[in-house]
Amino acid sequence: MFSFQPDRSQYPAPGPDGKLEIDLETGQYLKLWQGPNHPGMTGNMSVELTVCGDEVVEGKTHVGYLHRGFEKLMERRSFIQCFPIVCRICVPEPDFNEYCYAAAVENLAGIEVPEYANWMRTLILEMGRFNSYMMAIGGMSGALGLGVVGQWLTYVRDIMLDRFEELTGARIYHMFILPGGVRGHLPEGFKDRMEEVLKTAERYLADVDKVMFSNAVYKRRTKGVGYIDPKLFEPYGVTGPNARAGGVAKDVRKDAPYLVYDQLDFEVPTETASDIWARTNVRRRDIDVSIDLIRQILKKFPKGGEVMAEIPNVLHWKIPRGETYIKGESSRGEYGYYLVTDGSGYPRRVNVRGPSYTHAMALLELLIPGTNISDVAALMVSLHTYPPEIER
Amino acid sequence: MSFKDVLSPFTAWKHVLETPVTIKDPLTREAADRYRGFHKNDIELCIGCSSCEAICQNAAIDMVPVKDPKEGDSGLRPQIDYGRCCWCALCVDICMTGSLTMSNEYIWFDEDPDAFRFIPGVDAKSWDSSEKGYRREGGRRLSGTERVEMREMEPDLRIGNFDEIVAGYDRAEAVLEADRCVECGLCVATCPAHMDIPDYIKTIREGDYEHGLELLYNSNPFSEVCGRVCTHNCETACAARHEGDPIAIRWLKRHITDQVPYDRYVDIVGKPDLAKTGQKIAIIGAGPGGLTAAFDLARMGHAVTVYEEKEKPGGMMRYGIPEYRLPYESLDRDIGVIEAMGVKIKCGVRIGKDISMEKLKADNDAVVLAIGLHLGRSTRVPGSESPDVEKAVELLRRITAGEEVPVPKKVVVIGGGNVAMDIARSMARLQKQRHGEVGITVTALESFDHFLADEEEVVESREEGIEILDSRGPQEVITVKSGKNKGKVKGLRTWRVDSIFDEKGRFNPHYDEGDEMVHDGEMVIEAIGQVSDVSLLGEKLTEALEWNRGRVKIDHDGRTSEPWLWAAGDCVKGPDVINAVADGHRVAQSINQVLVAMREAKA
Repeated sequence: MFSFQPDRSQYPAPGPDGKLEIDLETGQYLKLWQGPNHPGMTGNMSVELTVCGDEVVEGKTHVGYLHRGFEKLMERRSFIQCFPIVCRICVPEPDFNEYCYAAAVENLAGIEVPEYANWMRTLILEMGRFNSYMMAIGGMSGALGLGVVGQWLTYVRDIMLDRFEELTGARIYHMFILPGGVRGHLPEGFKDRMEEVLKTAERYLADVDKVMFSNAVYKRRTKGVGYIDPKLFEPYGVTGPNARAGGVAKDVRKDAPYLVYDQLDFEVPTETASDIWARTNVRRRDIDVSIDLIRQILKKFPKGGEVMAEIPNVLHWKIPRGETYIKGESSRGEYGYYLVTDGSGYPRRVNVRGPSYTHAMALLELLIPGTNISDVAALMVSLHTYPPEIER
Repeated sequence: MSFKDVLSPFTAWKHVLETPVTIKDPLTREAADRYRGFHKNDIELCIGCSSCEAICQNAAIDMVPVKDPKEGDSGLRPQIDYGRCCWCALCVDICMTGSLTMSNEYIWFDEDPDAFRFIPGVDAKSWDSSEKGYRREGGRRLSGTERVEMREMEPDLRIGNFDEIVAGYDRAEAVLEADRCVECGLCVATCPAHMDIPDYIKTIREGDYEHGLELLYNSNPFSEVCGRVCTHNCETACAARHEGDPIAIRWLKRHITDQVPYDRYVDIVGKPDLAKTGQKIAIIGAGPGGLTAAFDLARMGHAVTVYEEKEKPGGMMRYGIPEYRLPYESLDRDIGVIEAMGVKIKCGVRIGKDISMEKLKADNDAVVLAIGLHLGRSTRVPGSESPDVEKAVELLRRITAGEEVPVPKKVVVIGGGNVAMDIARSMARLQKQRHGEVGITVTALESFDHFLADEEEVVESREEGIEILDSRGPQEVITVKSGKNKGKVKGLRTWRVDSIFDEKGRFNPHYDEGDEMVHDGEMVIEAIGQVSDVSLLGEKLTEALEWNRGRVKIDHDGRTSEPWLWAAGDCVKGPDVINAVADGHRVAQSINQVLVAMREAKA
């Protein structure tokens, strides 16, 4: 019904070896910086585009705009002092850092976390995932000029932040998952208030389905765009919804269950098209999984129990020599912490491996050539990247 | 893609008449009950232990001095810089007293940037009275609250002998206990000898016992003794005490001395390689005060001789404290270290009889009076002059010296202090050996709420079958009036105590005469305090010296009104070992200053 074929006759044809000879002197090409301050960027990074007309022929990713040296900072902080730092590595979904760091410390220190704390951690991680998807889908619609969905989902995220606030004492940096357990119990009446949030979310998501996912313009601009060949998944370390959109049903929650995921019933949604539309759709369906998981968790939540295991005095906590890797399924894919201890009171090395590291740097460079300038933002958001986890 | 997909987005218009979801007035929105907002500090509760400063990863907290600190606190309070704070609330979680909390307030306008660096609780803020906000859940804290229990010999095993009751920590237990310390140093200020407590506790965690021993003997040559019998004022100042058990500082000190082989002691303690000064000091009394002074002065290069009246050195540590609390070998080891510093100890020499004070004064550059409190005081109630009424200190001395002491089946002790417990428990052991059973009643003037003896002494005494009665005032030692046992003690009559002190705080007990009790016993032991035996001073010197309520008057440095004479230990302060040790250091320092000045004047 609607069809539009761009006239590409003016665009340069590749040479005999299949490569473009980009020579700025010819006047055919233009350098265009998207970011670091650009509404179409997911955070503080930028893409250096070489465009010919409105087609992008080359894209180079640049990071380094928010390097705060978290990993290095942690090498000079005691194990407990790292706890307020790690959440800052990922603003929209900080809880994964808290969980992975805590679990890594517990693993090396030989601490058994109480059952109650495990349920609480799972709840918080799912709430965090829900919020992260709200930003991803809101951002996706925004990147394509559909502002209202972003506003709706920001509201839904906001009421979930209210639940975070009453549970953890903070809205963004929750700092609730301490090495050894969690900081508190569920507040009274929390389950009912959470149910209200979930119902509101479902109502808004039904609208989002109509306004965004069934939108002709949206479909037109996302289907077939930003295709990732599933063959690239392994060499490029593509995980999470980005891989699931290409038919790979990989999910750490299922494949290597941690916390209490083995006691929860859920399916891993997949798509096959591996384009922007498929990736966003996987996220949309994963929200439903998250909502269901939050309900299941609250239903099975232990009536009471210890929130913290016995831990040594944190002021001079030393952990024996060792190394460990803890992973979990964040909203962007496999998130991991590699912790090395040397028997001292400080971590010898903390390495944070966020999925954005490959998604936003190497993969994006590969996907950009051949797209339209206006699609770059959507392409980037569809990879759901958070630059802070690249620059730890 | 269908025509429906074109129309579908327009369904968004259905929201057009709805109320906007944005918050109308963000400035008055109240945060959640648990919100981590601005800090509050209950200044009455805060002890300034600096744990909050230690845990803050952003260095947002500085401990700053405040006016009118409480006794036993550091005089510091946390000042928080909101330019650095990240609101992680670890300071609230670690807080040893629970004084530091957070309100749920989060909006603060001020044009002065420095205003955002403030002392919660001292600088009044609108949220100080806020009931809401983050506080750590009850019981949860980031440092251990429970003390590692000390293993002790079971009551039925220990009552028949004088073996040491306390087993001492093993390495694992000691590390666990040492781990709880937050290194606030409040104990250092409270310890009379200002021992480096957090530092030596740290050596336990690190397993560096030799360094630990060095730290101990730096400030206390009776570390092995104090590791067993110290009155541990430090533990009453311990930050961990506020929401749990105080750190077992005394047992940790003992653990260090237990871990280092004795033949390494002298090497580790070290003898400073100083030229001999040629100046001589005589010390009267080989108790903790005198020997500490001797230890210090010998290490400063002076020639020190200690004169002891009794057969062996140690003073009250040997002749007052029973062996089950302080084995003689432990005491001998500490004294051995002191002797290794070049201190000469002459036992069996009574000043005033064998050597006169005048001669000591003439032969030495300085003299230290460290004669302790070896004479028991009497209640002077009717009947107390009976030969069956004993003084606790005298009886304890005889038990140590191995002299024969009468051990009747029933004994009544008057007194509620540690000496009363010592004699009661010693006599109980002898009764057990002699008669197979314990028959001791302790009658204390004080109520259990204001008891003088340590709680553990009371608990252990009871475990050993000793009856302890509080608020009983002795009225009469009942003696047999006629027959062949005429004059023998048969019990003690007491009245219940209503109050001990009058409104002016003077000792003036009031009794409830209607509540009378008679405690059966063939012996009554008075353990109501001791005095010094100052007869050695001689009339002339006694006359010349200034006195303060029966004790020799001393200045801030421990010097008496006679410029050549210093006094230290129980005879001027205390009574306890650690105060005597502190006194010993004090007079040693003072004497050294005077002797150096004398040398310089000569040169």
